[in-house]
Amino acid sequence: MKTEITELLGIEYPIIQGGMAWVAEYHLAAAVSEAGGLGLIGAASAPADWVREQIRKAKELTQKPFGVNIMLMSPYADDVAKVIVEEGVKVVTTGAGSPEKYMKMWKEAGVKVIPVVASVAMAKRMQRAGADAVVAEGCESGGHVGESTTMALVPQVVDAVEIPVIAAGGIADGRGIAAAFMLGARGVQMGTHFVVTTESQVHENYKDMIIHAKDIDTRVTGRTTGHPVRALRNDMTKKYLALENSGAGFEELELLTLGGLRKAVVEGDVKNGSVMSGQIAGLVKEKMSCQELIQKLVTETDALLKGTGMYE
Amino acid sequence: MFEKIREMIAENLNIDMNTITEGASFKEDLGVDSLDLFELVMALEEEFGVEIPTEDLEELTTVGAVVKYVESHQE
Repeated sequence: MKTEITELLGIEYPIIQGGMAWVAEYHLAAAVSEAGGLGLIGAASAPADWVREQIRKAKELTQKPFGVNIMLMSPYADDVAKVIVEEGVKVVTTGAGSPEKYMKMWKEAGVKVIPVVASVAMAKRMQRAGADAVVAEGCESGGHVGESTTMALVPQVVDAVEIPVIAAGGIADGRGIAAAFMLGARGVQMGTHFVVTTESQVHENYKDMIIHAKDIDTRVTGRTTGHPVRALRNDMTKKYLALENSGAGFEELELLTLGGLRKAVVEGDVKNGSVMSGQIAGLVKEKMSCQELIQKLVTETDALLKGTGMYE
Repeated sequence: MFEKIREMIAENLNIDMNTITEGASFKEDLGVDSLDLFELVMALEEEFGVEIPTEDLEELTTVGAVVKYVESHQE
């Protein structure tokens, strides 16, 4: 599947695995890249040394390109930005802000920069700053979410910028990928389905909860705090939303989610932890390897789009 | 300058003009989130021909701070 995105990144299929905190570690990233997509290591709020080690371990598992997602609000963002250059990482995606201050350093090192954006203004700004592509992420996605849906956001971003657009949020099968192409995207980023792959190191309880999730099972907490997060509903989201509706302040609400993602991903506490997931979890019914998943996605997409000129 | 910026905030972010004072905080008083802020910044840059780097956004917490910033950075 040749598109502007596969050409830009030197990969076989325009399918990127999202840089999910705690989930996107080197086993998963390397497996996705080996399968022909682009795996990402999620730096989240981890120290630079952890990221360096992850990059080195991923390199032992794959010769193919992979990337790092840097969370710009991390206290270690400056150091992680340097590690990306020092370790020769080919692609960086960025979240939670604007990476303008690292742009020069990355471009000089030949790193491809792909910011995740949730609005047209942000996409334009990133294009001006020299981004190679953008991920337009709709609020169907898991974790931190914006305001617009993928269906509404992607075509508007496509119209606003010249650089290629990657669609994210609500995509878990070939129909989703084909739809994203129809909206003008030339690649997709997926998170939720990759969480349940065999190579994902996430606790089985977490994977099972995604597998069993129905269409209406996600909730967004934190809308009042300015940090909305989508997760599968459980005791934590119930308590959180009750408190939030009663007008609780940021600090009180923070206490409920502090360390919650780690609790769910590592310890498997899916009752009190934060089981971040996209709305598409209801469509994810089966655990499989990254290779199987990507081949399935490509076969499904081909059946819908091959020969339409959307890709070669 | 304040009047012009006030108009732009009201128009770009659909906020009642009367609530926009020089001392108003974007986050607390006007309920402006980070997406909104980028929206406004892009509009300001276009209108006044200034470039506002993201690093500077942290300081721009009130309407008055934005007015001052634009005034001192305009050519």
